[in-house]
Amino acid sequence: MAHYVLTRLLSLAISLIVASIVIFALIEIIPGDPAAFMLGINAQEDTVAALRSELGLDASPVARYFEWVGGMVTGDFGTSYTYRTPVTEMIGERLWISLPLALIALALSTLIAFPVGILAASRRGSMTDTVIMGFTQLGVAIPNFWFAMLMVLVFAINLRWFSAGGFPGWDEGLVAGLKALTLPAVSLALPQASILARVMRSALVDTLDEDFMRTARAKGLTRGQAIKRHALRNAMIPVLTIIGLQFSFLLAGAIIIENVFFLPGLGRLIFQAISQRDLIVVESVVMLLVFAVIVVNFAVDIAYAIVDPRLRRQA
Amino acid sequence: MKLKTLTSAIALTLAGGVAQAETGLIVGIQLEPPHLDPTSAAAGAIDQVLYSNVFEGLTRFGPDGSVNPGLAESWEISEDGLTYTFKLRDGVTFHDGTAMDASDVVFSLDRARAEDSANAQKALFGGIESVEAVDPNTVRVTLSAANGSFLFNMAWGDAVIVATESIENIKTDPVGTGAFKFSNWVQGDQIELVRNEDYWGTPASLETATFKFISDPTAAFAAMMAEDVDVFYSYPAPENLPQFEADSRFEVLVGSSEGETILSTNNLMEPFTDVRVRKAVAHAIDRQAIIDGAMFGLGTPIGTHFAPHNPDYVDLTANSQYDPDLARSLLAEAGYADGFTTTLKLPPPSYARRGGEIIASQLRAVGIQTEISNLEWAQWLEQVFRGKDFGLTIVSHTEPFDIGIYARPDYYFQYDNPDFQTLIEDLTAETDPATRSEMIATAQTIISNDYVNGYLFQLAVPTVVKAGVEGIWPDAPTQAIDLTAVSWSK
Amino acid sequence: MSTYRNLVFGGLLSGVFICAALISFLWVPYDIEALNIAERMRTPTAAHPLGTDHFGRDILSMVMIGARTSIAVALVAVGIGMGLGVPLGLAAAANKGSILDELIGRGNDLVFAFPSLLIAILITATFGPSAVNAIIAIGIFNIPVFARLTRGSALSLWKREFIMAARVSGKNSLRISVEHILPNLANLLIVQGTIQFSLAILAEAALSYVGLGAQPPTPSWGRMLADSQTMISLAPHLALAPGLAIVFTVLGLNLLGDGLRDIFDPRLRRGRS
Repeated sequence: MAHYVLTRLLSLAISLIVASIVIFALIEIIPGDPAAFMLGINAQEDTVAALRSELGLDASPVARYFEWVGGMVTGDFGTSYTYRTPVTEMIGERLWISLPLALIALALSTLIAFPVGILAASRRGSMTDTVIMGFTQLGVAIPNFWFAMLMVLVFAINLRWFSAGGFPGWDEGLVAGLKALTLPAVSLALPQASILARVMRSALVDTLDEDFMRTARAKGLTRGQAIKRHALRNAMIPVLTIIGLQFSFLLAGAIIIENVFFLPGLGRLIFQAISQRDLIVVESVVMLLVFAVIVVNFAVDIAYAIVDPRLRRQA
Repeated sequence: MKLKTLTSAIALTLAGGVAQAETGLIVGIQLEPPHLDPTSAAAGAIDQVLYSNVFEGLTRFGPDGSVNPGLAESWEISEDGLTYTFKLRDGVTFHDGTAMDASDVVFSLDRARAEDSANAQKALFGGIESVEAVDPNTVRVTLSAANGSFLFNMAWGDAVIVATESIENIKTDPVGTGAFKFSNWVQGDQIELVRNEDYWGTPASLETATFKFISDPTAAFAAMMAEDVDVFYSYPAPENLPQFEADSRFEVLVGSSEGETILSTNNLMEPFTDVRVRKAVAHAIDRQAIIDGAMFGLGTPIGTHFAPHNPDYVDLTANSQYDPDLARSLLAEAGYADGFTTTLKLPPPSYARRGGEIIASQLRAVGIQTEISNLEWAQWLEQVFRGKDFGLTIVSHTEPFDIGIYARPDYYFQYDNPDFQTLIEDLTAETDPATRSEMIATAQTIISNDYVNGYLFQLAVPTVVKAGVEGIWPDAPTQAIDLTAVSWSK
Repeated sequence: MSTYRNLVFGGLLSGVFICAALISFLWVPYDIEALNIAERMRTPTAAHPLGTDHFGRDILSMVMIGARTSIAVALVAVGIGMGLGVPLGLAAAANKGSILDELIGRGNDLVFAFPSLLIAILITATFGPSAVNAIIAIGIFNIPVFARLTRGSALSLWKREFIMAARVSGKNSLRISVEHILPNLANLLIVQGTIQFSLAILAEAALSYVGLGAQPPTPSWGRMLADSQTMISLAPHLALAPGLAIVFTVLGLNLLGDGLRDIFDPRLRRGRS
């Protein structure tokens, strides 16, 4: 086990290093000079040059790479070119929107998907199953930003139940904050719920055919009881894997939804930073998200290895 | 809606410690300032928030674009037009309590024109030979050559007076002399100003002023409809204006701006080097269709690079009437009977994106094919403005009185006409108003006859205002949202 | 009978849009490059069955040509993913446990670790917005999908007797991979290809929605949605047509994929309705 963890840790480290090089290189070749952008269209060449050296942009790429990585290791993500504030601080602020949004969306998706998936699996082949599966197919096919636009039309413009965008800040109270996150969370959750319900159903259907289920039924348990006591637990592994994947997707993937609803979250931060050529922010946030995904994957691998020792030998 | 009013009241209480909603104002603007120093960036958003609210200059713009006394209550100009003696107001203090005197003016102007200055409009200070403090309330500025627009230049946001004591942190904590003090900046969201109780002039009626940054047209619509903002300056989606006009809760002010929206043409790129081709392009364009299609009717057609509300404007639109047949024959004459292909690079604003699609279609009708690429501002600056790698582009030039850019052969559209350059040089030195007017008219005619660019329309600035807000400037003579005289009607 | 329901329904649904895209090469109801501002934002009429957009263009024609853009981008992107992913997967399987296998595996993990949409946005921001860059950005993320699938399935094939036989007869692993493994993977790849195709259509829509896909005047569904956004309260039909086109195409392809899987892999049929 120790050997397995060690090799996985080594590959985790290599992945992170390669990822940092790839991100840095990609950002390095992005056309558009941050200094020129900040100074606008009437800026003179010498002014731009002065700002470039002030921002430390005139150092060699290699030196800047090591400075960036070195800083991140110590928790210092550098200073935003445009705002002149520490990137760590900016990320911290934005996380207060992106994290709750991702969590609410995940909770919603799970709350919808579990009962729906179980219902479909237990009534396999019935009309209910067909209708539910039809709806999940539809849910997977709907682009979330389009769904968001339609919800804005109905609930914000016509019914005026919710604001069509923006975030009042948590100081306005929990209710105001949650209200602003409702439509975005629903638009994010719908496709995820559809995917999760489908996974739930097929995982359950697979276990329903296992011998232990037949035994359980033979022992006189009703179908519902058998599902509750035995099948659900066995179906949890694939379901939890998907939930894990969805969480990192939601954290990074809310970028478009945050734009539709004008939420000042991480996704919007990256989008703004790209267009303002605030490259230090772009590379640090992307690196953070990649780091999150790689670490989650690592944790999942280790958890599997603990549950299922066979996996250790395979790898 | 009641709930909304209540929440914005709470917001104000939190922001400024004010009990009533009617003493604060929330203004929506499209762009967030990158930092808060108006003297070291061209970003219009900095001036929008700070100009005349927080920072003031020797002179200042009035709502109609006139130049009025600012921190200088009066001035004398020497016979030869070379020496300006400014008499400063008495008892003006910066927000940190330090006195504003002649040494601050000397510091500000010297800093702006210094070798390593980061001022984005260095040219404004180009003719200054020396700045000296005669006594604490008197400043003498000596120019190397007479400059008819010097007082106008000193009214720009880039020429505001800053203090030696607080210059270090100006980018995050601006300290000026204006009727409002900077209070707080929630990055990515809003900037809050509070009333300066020790203001030297008429104090502001508003106790707090909050600028909220909303660039997305959909979000702007939502924020206004929900009354989350009281004023939306330069509202980004003209298609929504009729809805606001129909709603008794709002008022729509359509003001003029200094934004000449032009189809910029790379005068050094084939085939635009040929004036007949540029003329053909001009005649291929139906301005009204662009104003209707891209701006939903907002905007005034222009025939040269000059603001129509300026008294010196000459209407030259007849010079480039919509006439596709003429355009085709001009192309044939220039040897492009079968047309040609060029690039059309469009920055983000909807006047450019939508206008670009319409122009592409109009040009196609006379045989000119365009390859459109939609660029972000950073890419546009890099490729078009600095790289000069473009055939055509659409952009609104929002600086006031900027016809002088046509005298700069290295400016991105690369128009090089020595006669025009001499004219602008002479104009700068000329101080007689009548002669100036004449010269300005000649300048407008030259660039119109040379079809340097396709002159499209003067950008209108629509401002959506909640009923009851008074004193908002409808026009935009400079990039400022002057709130010093804004109040709620009783 | 119900086995073929997905196949038939999915085939018909996606077929409609594929046909629309093909027909648009020969004929569309109106020239979409000629704008007619006076006739803008009309609700559906007999002359314009889906109405007109904010430039007075016929929305039906726009959706038809938009289908061409979406389908072309998605198809080429999946093609790139398959074209590079399958050989990588075959090579990894043939050299199981080697450094090559490890490198390919780690490379796949790495690409999976990147938030795909974000990187696609970065790529198009770097190299400029265009259909080609959208294809590349989407294509890159399809490579590991096919590489993993191919490796996994090829590994189990390598243990089969007919492969052993081929080995004994002296064929090298390259020939075996191409002549014996690949044909046995075809069904699987077709099913996965269909699913990836539908995902790529969604990705293309998202990229062009944020302005990073095909550039005007080439219509694309995502940009039609973005253009309609500020007008949604004035003319909701502007947002409905392209949105429904995306939904139906993706739905059709997903159903088609399911239907194909049911046919190719009857073992699974039991589990599905």
